[in-house]
Amino acid sequence: MSELLAAKNLTKRFPDGVEALADLSFSLNSGDFVSLLGPSGCGKSTALRIMSGLLAPDGGTVSFSGGRPEMGFVFQEPTLMPWADAQTNARLPLDLKHVARGEADARAAAALARVGLKGFERALPRELSGGMKMRVSIARALAAKPKLLLLDEPFAALDEITRAALNDDLLRLWHEDHLTIIFVTHSVAESCYLSERVLVMTPRPGRLAADIALPKQTERAPGFRLAPQFLDCQRRVSCALGTA
Amino acid sequence: MKRLLDIAFPLFVAVLVLAAWEITVAVKQVPPYILPAPSAIAAALAQNWASLSASMLVTITVTLQGFFGALVAAVLLAILFSQSRLAERALYPYAVILQVTPMVAIAPLILIWVGFDYIDRALALIAGMIAFFPILSNAVQGLKSADFNLLDLTWLYGASRWQTLVKVQLPSALPALLTGMKVGGVIALIGEVTAEFAAGSGTASGLAWRIVESGNRLEIATLFAALALLALTGILFFAALSLLEWALLRRWHESAMARY
Repeated sequence: MSELLAAKNLTKRFPDGVEALADLSFSLNSGDFVSLLGPSGCGKSTALRIMSGLLAPDGGTVSFSGGRPEMGFVFQEPTLMPWADAQTNARLPLDLKHVARGEADARAAAALARVGLKGFERALPRELSGGMKMRVSIARALAAKPKLLLLDEPFAALDEITRAALNDDLLRLWHEDHLTIIFVTHSVAESCYLSERVLVMTPRPGRLAADIALPKQTERAPGFRLAPQFLDCQRRVSCALGTA
Repeated sequence: MKRLLDIAFPLFVAVLVLAAWEITVAVKQVPPYILPAPSAIAAALAQNWASLSASMLVTITVTLQGFFGALVAAVLLAILFSQSRLAERALYPYAVILQVTPMVAIAPLILIWVGFDYIDRALALIAGMIAFFPILSNAVQGLKSADFNLLDLTWLYGASRWQTLVKVQLPSALPALLTGMKVGGVIALIGEVTAEFAAGSGTASGLAWRIVESGNRLEIATLFAALALLALTGILFFAALSLLEWALLRRWHESAMARY
């Protein structure tokens, strides 16, 4: 696998004096599913925003081999336009990129269908449940056909059952689209279930505490959530988090 | 049934008050130049309908001109402020000064500058100046209230300022803008009336001037008739703007949604 992204010695201090990141370095290969795990306030979101380009680091660099890839970003809240229906929301990136209306509509509708929202194209956000709104948000990120998908604790506000369903959907989309995913979370179980690699961060100011390789998705036992293998993964990650 | 009662109760109160008014005037023999009976006011309204309705039309037209002028100017300025912090810092204080200066005090000056030959234009300008600030401040507030994450998203997808404005900022601003328009619309009418008072005799021809004129002639029934039409004008303005708000927001904004 070829390297997609390299973050080197990232530092960030906010104007109010809070030091969010202190010397964070890691690299990602194309096709990776990596979790960024750490205690609340350790700078995970800051790191993600720096990688997306939304935030400039005070020091250090983020470099992409092969140029800045097409990116999708999913926030903790669904962040939908309340006045627009699901399809219009999913179409936003395409509208902004001046994709022709007919094609944009078709791609947005297809993206909605892929996240299980076929038939909800005309629904307004307020008519959808929390999980469905998050699905629209993911469809919007997919509509632009990203190579790199950045997710900032996207399922943290959802209930356990919805979250499990969305986790499986995300894995399916990652596999089908050959995405590279960086998934910020503070849930050990979620990071172990989803990713093949967990980057554990220290409490603020964030730096890398551990880089843990987990079994490839293809090597996982059936019913991974209940398998001893899953517990073992969680034990390793929890230990790293405990000594971070 | 509940809707019917919503209409029936206020109507019942109106009938009660008007009846009490009519009886009191008759029993106490109040002179008509102090307080005319409702029946006399209705008669004056019917008798002067041609001239009063023409005056009402003038008041409505002038107020609308002022209101739409203020709307366009305020929205354009709010957009400028949203695009340039510098412009906002430099100009916003003057918008506030414009607001805190009582317009009645400036009205004579504007009447002189615009000229009594163009009295309607001067009246519209004064009405617009009064309506301007509530629309501006609400539009500025609204443009600032767009979801930060949505704005970040437009940046990520390489949106131009214009795209961000049209796709995200303006729709986000709509609820606040409509609130500003509701306040501004009613205030524009107050401004128009004030301006007519300031314009004085022989030039203005709207409802406010008819009130002054009727007062001078002690035609109090006609005065009341003009007053009633002025109130009706205000109600029409508010109702039209409320309807617009409902039509634009009912599907998505909490303020206009039905709850079950």
